[in-house]
Amino acid sequence: MVTLSHYLFLGGILFAISILGIFLNRKNIILILMAIELMLLAVNINFIAFSHYLGDLSGQIFVFFILTVAAAESAIGLAIIILIFRNYKSINVADVNRLKE
Amino acid sequence: MTLSTLLTIAVPEIIILIAAMSVLLLGVFYKNTTSLFGITQLTLLIAAYFTAQLPIDVKLTAFNEMFIADSLSMFLKLLSYFALSLVLIYSRSFLQSRNLHNGEFYALTLFALLGINLIISSYHLLSLYMGLELLSLSLYTLVAFDRNRPEATEAAMKYFVLGAVASGFLLYGFSILYGITGSLQIAEISSRLADTSINPVVISFALVFVVVGIAFKFGAAPFQLWVPDVYQGSATPITMFISSVPKFASVAMLIRLLFQGLDHMVLDWQAMLLIMAIVSMLFGNITAIAQTKIKRLLAYSAISHVGFMFLGLATGTITGIASALMYIAVYVVMTLASFGLIIHLSNQGKELDQITDFSGLGKQKPWSAFLLLLIFLSLAGIPPTIGFYAKFSIIQATIQFGWIWPAVIAVMSALIGIFYYLRIIKVAYFDEPGKNLNQVSKSSNNELSVTLSINTISLLIIGLFPSSLMDIATLTSALIF
Repeated sequence: MVTLSHYLFLGGILFAISILGIFLNRKNIILILMAIELMLLAVNINFIAFSHYLGDLSGQIFVFFILTVAAAESAIGLAIIILIFRNYKSINVADVNRLKE
Repeated sequence: MTLSTLLTIAVPEIIILIAAMSVLLLGVFYKNTTSLFGITQLTLLIAAYFTAQLPIDVKLTAFNEMFIADSLSMFLKLLSYFALSLVLIYSRSFLQSRNLHNGEFYALTLFALLGINLIISSYHLLSLYMGLELLSLSLYTLVAFDRNRPEATEAAMKYFVLGAVASGFLLYGFSILYGITGSLQIAEISSRLADTSINPVVISFALVFVVVGIAFKFGAAPFQLWVPDVYQGSATPITMFISSVPKFASVAMLIRLLFQGLDHMVLDWQAMLLIMAIVSMLFGNITAIAQTKIKRLLAYSAISHVGFMFLGLATGTITGIASALMYIAVYVVMTLASFGLIIHLSNQGKELDQITDFSGLGKQKPWSAFLLLLIFLSLAGIPPTIGFYAKFSIIQATIQFGWIWPAVIAVMSALIGIFYYLRIIKVAYFDEPGKNLNQVSKSSNNELSVTLSINTISLLIIGLFPSSLMDIATLTSALIF
């Protein structure tokens, strides 16, 4: 029997993985973008699980909005990555560090 | 509720939306950016007129209680229009000289303003989130606006990643809140949390995520990572925009979520805000001492100012909110003046970057040096400027609440802050002019210098008569609940 808490655990684990992915990643900026998407998906799982559990539709509607915003967000993220590649000739996290003193 | 009443409440937002889309479209066909500047300023004026028409003492809601118009929304919206209008006046010559002056700039600032307005008026987690994302996405794009400069794109990258993480935290908190209460409407969340059968540990779990998300957006320590890099990397007008207008949205978000939604958890978030306030004040002021670049210094100073604001809000009282509202209004006027001065002293090729670039200003441009004196005295909080009164009202509210030692720490950190603000004044008046200043333009355009002078002198004049501003802030915060 899959209960609400299973879904919440899944959401929590995905959220933790995405945070680790952002802060431990020392390689590629695209990986950060993927981790951000994963983070929003973790939230979506939470919302849908609660929505089903409570028998209330507004959580599922919220998920639609999150999905739309996530699409816009990754479009802007990819555009910024293209600019980074043009200016730095690399999308390696370690190479993008001009703003340090 | 009829359609016409609905429209009256949201009419400023509708006007801004239409104007933003028209500016975006017109910018493609007409290369005359001066008219776009005019259209944007006119939009702000019309929106301000319609916002001021709404009653201040009644809470009007629309769209199934997703949207609210009350005293707080009127106060913050009017300030946002005013601040954005100043930002646009200051930015024009700078953007023109760097070939960045085009329709997209005005469209993006208007979309950001729409997001800010939506956050300020949101009474539902969904509309809050949509407003927040509209604001953030416009800001990421604005930071990357100067797209051929590596620093700007790097700043945009950092802002994007950390901003997205902040939204993620906030959303995770929202999802838990939704699970606990079964509602997304802020007033309903508040009434359902009054039920004592809910395990308080679960609510604090959601609360932590919400507070972290808010602190990220404010740039309060220890979530301040993006602030210095974004301030330094983006073009000065964009830095000016980011450091001023979105702060109104952040403070509205905090008041709506914590004071109106999670008001039963006041003891929990009070402690979190107090800790962040103290860490921000000390960290911001101490780190700013070591800075050599002026924009980075202003970034750390912004962190410490956010700390002061949090201290006022952490008290959770009406006086606390009033002092924080007063502080944010004063802070935004001061920060606009400081970035306006940087733009005023920058010329075609060379941007004023290092603190040492100010050297000899007192001899070569006495009036600019006098403005610099007023601005930095005000930022430091020295009477008779308004900066003093703003800090004073925060500390007064803290002591009234019975927090003596946080007030002592606030005073101490303000003293640390005075050191680096006065150092800039010392560089401007007593250091020998370096070769940098000679390259600085003799006369930048007139409307900029006149606006800058009025803006700066107002710091002194409101500082002499602060009671009217304080009365407005007190009235606004008394009518919130």
